[in-house]
Amino acid sequence: MSLDKEQVQHIAMLARLNLSDEEYAESVEKLSKIVDFVDQLSAVDTTDVVPMAHPVDAAQRLRPDDVTATNDRDHYQQNAPEVVDGLYLVPKVLE
Amino acid sequence: MDMHRQTLTELCAGLDKGDFTSVELTQTLLDRVAAQDEKLNAFITVTSTEALAAAASADKARAAGNIGALNGLPIVHKDIFCTEGIKTTCGSKMLDNFISPYNATVVQKMADAGAVILGKSNMDEFAMGSSNETSFFGPVRNPWNLECSPGGSSGGSAASVAARLAPAATGTDTGGSIRQPAALTGTVGLKPTYGRVSRYGMIAFASSLDQAGMITRSAEDAARMLGVMAGFDERDSTSIDQAVPDYLAGIGESIKGLRVGVVRQHSDEGLEERTGARAKDAIAVLESMGATTVEVDLPNIDLSVPTYYVVAPAECSSNLSRFDGVRFGHRAENAEDLLDLYCRSRGEGFGDEVKRRIMTGAYVLSAGYYDAYYIKAQQVRQLIADDFKKAFADVDLIAGPTAPSPAFKLGDKVDDPIQMYLNDIYTIGANLAGLPAMSVPCGFVDDMPVGLHLVGPHFGEEMLLRCGHQYQQETDWHIACPEAFK
Repeated sequence: MSLDKEQVQHIAMLARLNLSDEEYAESVEKLSKIVDFVDQLSAVDTTDVVPMAHPVDAAQRLRPDDVTATNDRDHYQQNAPEVVDGLYLVPKVLE
Repeated sequence: MDMHRQTLTELCAGLDKGDFTSVELTQTLLDRVAAQDEKLNAFITVTSTEALAAAASADKARAAGNIGALNGLPIVHKDIFCTEGIKTTCGSKMLDNFISPYNATVVQKMADAGAVILGKSNMDEFAMGSSNETSFFGPVRNPWNLECSPGGSSGGSAASVAARLAPAATGTDTGGSIRQPAALTGTVGLKPTYGRVSRYGMIAFASSLDQAGMITRSAEDAARMLGVMAGFDERDSTSIDQAVPDYLAGIGESIKGLRVGVVRQHSDEGLEERTGARAKDAIAVLESMGATTVEVDLPNIDLSVPTYYVVAPAECSSNLSRFDGVRFGHRAENAEDLLDLYCRSRGEGFGDEVKRRIMTGAYVLSAGYYDAYYIKAQQVRQLIADDFKKAFADVDLIAGPTAPSPAFKLGDKVDDPIQMYLNDIYTIGANLAGLPAMSVPCGFVDDMPVGLHLVGPHFGEEMLLRCGHQYQQETDWHIACPEAFK
């Protein structure tokens, strides 16, 4: 196994994913297989190759910094799990 | 002929002649969905009320002489496209309660052209899968054999078109998610050039690879739809500002002199023999029509799958970080603190394959591994794109099989991610290089359809569509209909 449980726990924390014990066991096995599989790239000679930035070679487009959209907060917040007075509610962050 | 068996082009003519109205057509198809979809599970949401209302206004517009390119034609949207006021789940528990507050550009353009939405099609969760088995809403079944997968991730779109529940459907393709299910269901699937069709409102998986396209029954129908879907969109920062040609204009022209490339390096390991033979037969048909074949070199093509499985998970892990249980989507109950809210909302809301890809992405992007995996993969990706560029100096398109085998049984590959990933070995290269590519039905193996894969240079859609259409003038594989859905 190229990854152990501790590494997978670290990755899951980075990804903010809560996993069950069963999921951890399966993830160690399957993620190790995936990492082993993609490791074949390390054998490729990529000296002086510029990493791809855009598949069609286009540059990032810019636009003037104008106000283009109106505030539609109430409409968008209809999908929010918990809101009060236009504010999103989360568990207490500060004591 | 029965309405449900007609192509978009035929239906359009029928509406023009007044053989039937859009309301009659829409009702006929809604009745078929109600009667048949229990077997397939191709739909997540059926929008009967909205469809009939849209059909009625299309009929009114037609009577008044306002006839959009898709006026009154019923279609299905993959449930990855945001549809205003309609549930948009992306095949996930995470978005099971999400009513989109806006339309994707593709949805808006098609609505403006008069299209009628029958419903939203089932798909692999967040488009991550090649068999439609990762959907929170259960797998879709293949109309040609209900024990088989229709492919994925646009499995519901492909199955609904193959089963004649809809004449056409939208799809998205990140590594083969339009073309592989098209091949496995005997339908036509086109993935346009990266940037040709707007990604605005299309729920993001891997943004440098994702592209919207369509599944239809003929290349001609794909041309009709692409004309509506394509074009610059200032709301998509990677949209390409280039004029949209009339894709229908040139499809009638001969393919005499077309140079068809056949890849020398494609390893045939894992290619089911008869599936490969059907693709060779199809290339022979193109030759009989005046095309010439040329062997081309893509020396790095076998690295496309491992390259993809670094780039796509990396981008997926960034894109899916937006699901936090705070602003929209699934939220865990009784969270102890903010971290617990994030971790449990995401742990509960995402399925196994999505979690696996997020974690793969988090790993390859994490401190100490970024250069070894992500930068390395983007370098190999450049090598693969350069190979294609060189090949297209000598040929007009590249042809081969779309998938290594016909449809496999549901459950067969679900436990082995690498086996599942290798399904996309022939399709992934086009995504990595941003190229347009299409699958057209080219025969059967043990009564299951297989596809011919055509890849073109950037913005080569017209030529792909012409080649596909001309092939379909010589063959009738695309007309075959599964017995149970006639």
